[in-house]
Amino acid sequence: MTEPLLELRNLRKNYGALVVTDDVSLSVQQGELHAIIGPNGAGKTTLIHQISGMLPSNSGQILFAGEDVTYLSMPQRVDRGLARSFQITSILPGFSALENVALAVQARSGSSFQLFGNASQEKDLNAPAMECLGEVGLGARAHVPAGLLSHGEKRQLELAIGLATAPKLLLLDEPLAGTGHDESQRVVETLRRLKNRLTIVLIEHDMEAVFSLADCVSVLVYGRVIATDTPERIRANPDVRAAYLGEEEMV
Amino acid sequence: MTQIAETQSAPTPSLSTRLEIIPVVLFAAFAAAPLLASFSGAEGYVLSLLTRVMIFGIAAMALDLILGYGALVSFGHAAFLGLGGYAVGILASHGFEDVLIQVPVALLASAAFAFVTGAISLRTKGVYFIMITLAFGQMLYFLATSLAAYGGDDGMTLASRSLVAGSDLLENDFIFYWGCLLCLFGTYALSRSIVASRFGRVLRGTRENAVRMEAIGFRPFRFQLAAYVISGMMAGLAGCLLANQAEFVSPAFMTWQRSGELIFMVVLGGLGSLHGAIIGAAAFLLLEEFLPEILHAVSFFLSEETRAHLAENWKMVFGPLLILIVLFVRGGIMGLLRRPHHD
Repeated sequence: MTEPLLELRNLRKNYGALVVTDDVSLSVQQGELHAIIGPNGAGKTTLIHQISGMLPSNSGQILFAGEDVTYLSMPQRVDRGLARSFQITSILPGFSALENVALAVQARSGSSFQLFGNASQEKDLNAPAMECLGEVGLGARAHVPAGLLSHGEKRQLELAIGLATAPKLLLLDEPLAGTGHDESQRVVETLRRLKNRLTIVLIEHDMEAVFSLADCVSVLVYGRVIATDTPERIRANPDVRAAYLGEEEMV
Repeated sequence: MTQIAETQSAPTPSLSTRLEIIPVVLFAAFAAAPLLASFSGAEGYVLSLLTRVMIFGIAAMALDLILGYGALVSFGHAAFLGLGGYAVGILASHGFEDVLIQVPVALLASAAFAFVTGAISLRTKGVYFIMITLAFGQMLYFLATSLAAYGGDDGMTLASRSLVAGSDLLENDFIFYWGCLLCLFGTYALSRSIVASRFGRVLRGTRENAVRMEAIGFRPFRFQLAAYVISGMMAGLAGCLLANQAEFVSPAFMTWQRSGELIFMVVLGGLGSLHGAIIGAAAFLLLEEFLPEILHAVSFFLSEETRAHLAENWKMVFGPLLILIVLFVRGGIMGLLRRPHHD
């Protein structure tokens, strides 16, 4: 097997005596969609924060594309192709949807220390941004202030912003959280299209979506990975059933 | 739903073009004022008052650039006024009286001070940022009061206004007025350009959501620091002009009250519109100048003695008035100008 794109080695995070991420080792192969599931409070979002660089880890290593990124800042990791979305929608509400995405394009194209020229008119930024918006199905809403978008549309916008940073790997923290049925259907379709081009790490509560999309599933319980396997075998795994799936309605 | 959004977004362009009328009117008014001043019979007074308005307009606009677009509440911006002023005063006392030397030195000093203090204070957020900029401002203030060779507490009087390439053009109040207007226009045009540029967009984005900006690969600190330096230099330029206008420099240029006044001007005019800051500075200074007389005139129904007291203690009205404006006119004066069209 080739070298994994993302590898976590014995990653740990604790707040005092409370261990939130407990000796997590994971590897994500190039091109796969790796889902991380687990009951509430299992430490999924903390893990995403650690991988993306928003939170420092207490010990362990994060390797991305063969490079140790454990001590790099979030912007440095983004430069290397590690993008993320947020569970709690994090957009620029006063900017139009297009500008939200165009800023992400701007981050990777040329200097942002230009004091002259109208950035919102730059075709080189707006064209790729429109493409990303089109990809998630928001093309028609490009000029609406992001704060006025519906919740589901904001989730799609998050995805478009992540795409616009041209990542190798996209960390998605519950992209379906709080979306209605139709909207979540649309996001799932988008993800299905993207998984051919990108490596994705997906945290999600929607089991139907996870099992239909994922190539590989890891189950996180109280900060520990109790199993990593194909969706079918995870479904059949007795430990997983006991720890997690038993509490919820099985798919 | 798409239709609603379209009707909401459609008026935006026309609204912004309509708002462009305000800066045009503003600068036209400044340009026309000297001509009108000649007829008023008190042209010296009118010119010097309006020159002050423009100078503080530059300083307030400089602050608006980081406060309105970067949400950086600098409570020490008067320090840059002082730096600019003292650069002029100290150089003049050593025989360097030309603006071609004074202004570059003032700008460099302001940039250096902004770079060092900004690099430290921008590591903090919110109230800590406010306090640390205040502390740096006070540091410079006390430094100035201890400069015995340059007047200490009392400040220093300039022998004359600065020279321009060896000629004493600026001694003419009209020419000085036009010089200040030129500076105001130049800094306004520069600021407008910065706000719309790639750089400005990163700054505005950081104001809205710094974490998101980091998550798409920006390091907000660098942009905030650059903006802080640019803003400091603009305020430093205002300091040079202020020293020339008053033909006097003193530590009073950089008291923390002066920093507070600058913040007030920006908020009064309306955050984040640049010309709003100029209007705010004008409103603040003109109110300060004319409120005693206005109070005296408005209180005609009171006894002569009470009227005199009222005019004398005009600050008791000034303070609450400013508070009421900020409380009830959201968006400051610019918000007021915008509102009638909006409904």
